[in-house]
Amino acid sequence: MSVIGHVAVNVFKESVRDKILYNLVVFAVLLISASYLIGELTAGQDVKIIKDLGLASISIFGLLIAIFIGIGLVWKEVEKRSIYTLLAKPIRRQEFLLGKYFGLVLTLVINVAVMTAAFYLVLAYMQAETPPNIRAAWPAPATDPAMLKAVALIMLELLLVTAIALFFSTFSSPFLSAMMTMAVWVIGHFNQDLRDYGATISSPVAAALAKGVYYVVPNFAAFDVKLQVVHAQAIPLRYLLLTSLYGATYVALVLLAAAIIFSRRDFK
Amino acid sequence: MDAIRTEALTKHYTVGFWRPRPYLALDGLTLQVGQGEVFGFLGPNGAGKTTTLKLLMQLIYPTSGRAEILGKPVGDVGVKRRIGYLPEQPYFYDYLTAEELLEYFAALFGFAAGERRRRTAALLDEVGIGAERRLPLRKFSKGMLQRVGIAQALINEPELVFLDEPMSGLDPLGRREIRQLILRLRDRGCTVFFSSHVLADAETLCSRVAILAKGRLAAEGRLSDMIAFEIRGWELVVSGLTESALKEMQEHGLVRGATRLAEGRYALELPLTPRPEETTAALVARGAALVSLTPVRDTLEDFFVRQVSGSTGSRFRETA
Repeated sequence: MSVIGHVAVNVFKESVRDKILYNLVVFAVLLISASYLIGELTAGQDVKIIKDLGLASISIFGLLIAIFIGIGLVWKEVEKRSIYTLLAKPIRRQEFLLGKYFGLVLTLVINVAVMTAAFYLVLAYMQAETPPNIRAAWPAPATDPAMLKAVALIMLELLLVTAIALFFSTFSSPFLSAMMTMAVWVIGHFNQDLRDYGATISSPVAAALAKGVYYVVPNFAAFDVKLQVVHAQAIPLRYLLLTSLYGATYVALVLLAAAIIFSRRDFK
Repeated sequence: MDAIRTEALTKHYTVGFWRPRPYLALDGLTLQVGQGEVFGFLGPNGAGKTTTLKLLMQLIYPTSGRAEILGKPVGDVGVKRRIGYLPEQPYFYDYLTAEELLEYFAALFGFAAGERRRRTAALLDEVGIGAERRLPLRKFSKGMLQRVGIAQALINEPELVFLDEPMSGLDPLGRREIRQLILRLRDRGCTVFFSSHVLADAETLCSRVAILAKGRLAAEGRLSDMIAFEIRGWELVVSGLTESALKEMQEHGLVRGATRLAEGRYALELPLTPRPEETTAALVARGAALVSLTPVRDTLEDFFVRQVSGSTGSRFRETA
């Protein structure tokens, strides 16, 4: 295994020992109790609501992990000075940074995989419990594999959020990093509006500023196809591929910027 | 080839928010350390010792000047394979056990799993970490962490080790063990560069020392050139000495100074000549009893105090 791999495994070990994976229990309890309650309250619509809720929960739980672990990844090492011994070992600063990134990505992949499995289990149970005449009215089966497309894009979004959190954590405090990462995420969801902002306002400065932000901040809305899959609308493969390429390019650029900043930093 | 070589190595930090001024953490350090030496890097707290070590580990970048380790510029990954480093007050991943930490670091050197385990076990034995090696590091005392820190610095059997205050946090027994470890490293041919403000350690261990004060090199050289090991005089502790007898001895020039100790005892400062036997006999004849007799030598501490108190000047560089 490369040095990057060893650092990544260590990050994963830390998240396991810090009991980050306990969130999976919270997720499972939330999903199962919600499906029971919604099943009691609604008729026919419950499977759609559970799909909505499940996908949104996977996204939010993943986002919380990506941001709140991501912002501490580098900061904690510098603050506690554990980085001193590590960087004296035969490892480049960029390799350290990539190791940290892939370690959190590994944590997220496992989290999202387990949450998705639990989500499908709940849906399979609902499918089995629902009479065929009600099932026939559903736009798609409860365990519709197309939902995996939405999960894949959620994962892609998390990869990008992690890279952004890591980027901020190479030079700023956890609080500021969390604020900035969340700001980027929120702005990124309204990116289309920023592009069209010029048409609705008269100030050319504000329009140019909005356009500048539009180009810098990733378009997070592109990764959100939850509504489409829940309503059984088709997600073309071409869309998935292009969005993946878009996400991967952004991740690479953000990590490159993080590596440049980090490799020049003084650890006082 | 030198083990370490620095040329006019300088580091400024900017301090102050409204009126930023450069603060000289290290000012033009030029130093050479030969291979196989045990080199003591001494200075009071805040002298720039840790700054120098961080520059050598490329944890910070110099403002100017250059540094080489084993003939290569600092930060070279190939060189990092051949060195070890113990930072001041080390902190490690506290969710790992001592064993896991050492195996992790060994993995970064590319050792196979079996070799990682073998080195980890041998080193933890060497620094005296027993069954605790399977406990998470968050349960370790400061002294035990220091031992783990020393073990991790040696995981690659380095040719050169940098130890920043290696004795800090250790009890007397621990300090003795680390002193013995440094001597064993020297015997294996390893170069040891260690910083300390405890001069007794340097006196026992080092072939050469450098003294740093206020970011500047105050002195550098062999210990034998810095301090004379000849006896300068004697310190005699006696009991039962009367005031009149003491006065008489001082008038005859046999006693240079006297300090009254507890329980009616005196510590007397005797000159090199006449021999202390004569003075002792004269004192005994006047009813005093001998408690102890110690030769007084020039110590590194005396030299150190002279050098450090002699260094003046502000560490703030005035901006035009």
